[in-house]
Amino acid sequence: MVGRFFKYLYVSAVYLLLYVPLLVTIVFSFNDSASADTWNGFTMQWYKQLFADKSLINSAFRSLFLAAAAATCSTVIGTVIAVALHRYRFIGQKVVYGSLSVIMLSPEIIQGISLVVIFVILGIPLGFSTLLLSHTVFCFPFVTITILARLKGVSRDLAEAAADLGASDVDTVRFILIPLIVPAVFAGWLMSFTLSIDDVIISFFVGGKNYEILPLKIYSMVRTGIQPDVNALCAAMFFATFFVVMFSYRLVRTKK
Amino acid sequence: MLKSADNFCRQAVLYFIFIWFGIMVFAPNLLVLLASFLSRDPVWMLRLPLNLQNYRALADTKLLTVILKSLNLAFCTTLFCLLVAYPFTYFIARFAKEYRALFLMLIIVPFWTNSLIRNYALISILGDSGIVNSFLIKCGLISQPLKLLYTNLAVFIGMTYTLLPFMILPLYAVLEKLDRSLLEAAEDLGAGATAAFFRVVVPISAPGIVAGCIMVFLPALTLFYVADILGGEDSAVVGSVIRDQFTVVHNWPVGAAINIALTLFMLLLLHLYYKSGNSVDQEQPIW
Repeated sequence: MVGRFFKYLYVSAVYLLLYVPLLVTIVFSFNDSASADTWNGFTMQWYKQLFADKSLINSAFRSLFLAAAAATCSTVIGTVIAVALHRYRFIGQKVVYGSLSVIMLSPEIIQGISLVVIFVILGIPLGFSTLLLSHTVFCFPFVTITILARLKGVSRDLAEAAADLGASDVDTVRFILIPLIVPAVFAGWLMSFTLSIDDVIISFFVGGKNYEILPLKIYSMVRTGIQPDVNALCAAMFFATFFVVMFSYRLVRTKK
Repeated sequence: MLKSADNFCRQAVLYFIFIWFGIMVFAPNLLVLLASFLSRDPVWMLRLPLNLQNYRALADTKLLTVILKSLNLAFCTTLFCLLVAYPFTYFIARFAKEYRALFLMLIIVPFWTNSLIRNYALISILGDSGIVNSFLIKCGLISQPLKLLYTNLAVFIGMTYTLLPFMILPLYAVLEKLDRSLLEAAEDLGAGATAAFFRVVVPISAPGIVAGCIMVFLPALTLFYVADILGGEDSAVVGSVIRDQFTVVHNWPVGAAINIALTLFMLLLLHLYYKSGNSVDQEQPIW
């Protein structure tokens, strides 16, 4: 009994630690003071100020748009690679497998530097396109791995049966594999979206002045002190993401 | 007719994979390697001739101090994350199956607020009139606020907080699959709970432990924004040095050389990890 109690206490304590900074952000977005560490009473003024500040709102929308676009690109690419790894045997397959885990384990700074070097050498101006490409590169392995885990349980006999019944490769993928991996595809998209929204370091290197996303804007404000309207913005973004994800999760759930 | 369409499809997909990996994965890293041997150019960032000078910067004592301090910080962060995450993950992996997905989801949810903001929020907690100090003063434990913010301790807290999920998720992947009957077998054979834990559970979860440690240790060397937001004058990490070389000093070749050293270090860790033979199954998600 004591062990059980201790167990729940411990688990709740760790969750509390994970959520405290988030709660602080939300609480301080209603704080009637510009200071980051003293509570002065309730106010809505930061939300008003936020809706007046177009540049902040715009950078938030850019972040969300980038994350959605990057998640979609990496889901498409990651799915194609997962299905190819599952169905085909080809030279370099081991290398592809290996690189997937190396990409997932490499610190962001290594990827950020390598991508900015190739963009500068190729003469691609830093901006939306470089951000989208880079975010896609660091997200797609997570999609591929999630889908491969799902496909691992799928017997090859299914595909063979489909072929015996006269289905082409494309048909087999479309009517057999894709329906099977839909939950994994969704999970992969969500994972990519999350990674993209959370990223700071890669965006720091490959982002340009003409497409300033939220983390870069905030990073430039850190030294002068962040105004609480940023807290308001982050709280609003968090709730927006939370409800969209819950809603779509429900949708996928009920479909199944 | 069908066969040739299938064949075309196969070729197209494989070419796409080779081009994608070639341009976006291999070429960039090879170019950084090349850049680390080039010379500095004020306008184009890089130019010939090739030389080994850039690597000499690694022997600079100032840089070495930063590297050692950063390694120390990363080591402490990794150890602490492991100690906190292991029991936590062990518990949630034993929860009823229908709840586990939810508990796992709850770990990922805070990521929807950018980690810069979450680290910034730690200022409200660790500051002189922040939550921790106000609480301690109210309790009468201290009379003067403790100096927590802008210290190496604050950076350690920020790193631990930011990276804890990266320890939990790989651990979860191995602990979830742990077969309960193994523990029963150990008990039947006379092992106490502690012995069963250290001789059965820990060895089985070793791949998750190693994967988690790699996923915490390497970023803990490089998350420069955590050091910027929470740290003091001497809280720089290896990542701060690389960032400065690229964006402040504009010495790309030296930055590339430090980056290559970091990459080699990473490859060494990965090599040890795969060589240990019991890596997390390649087709299993690491997190």
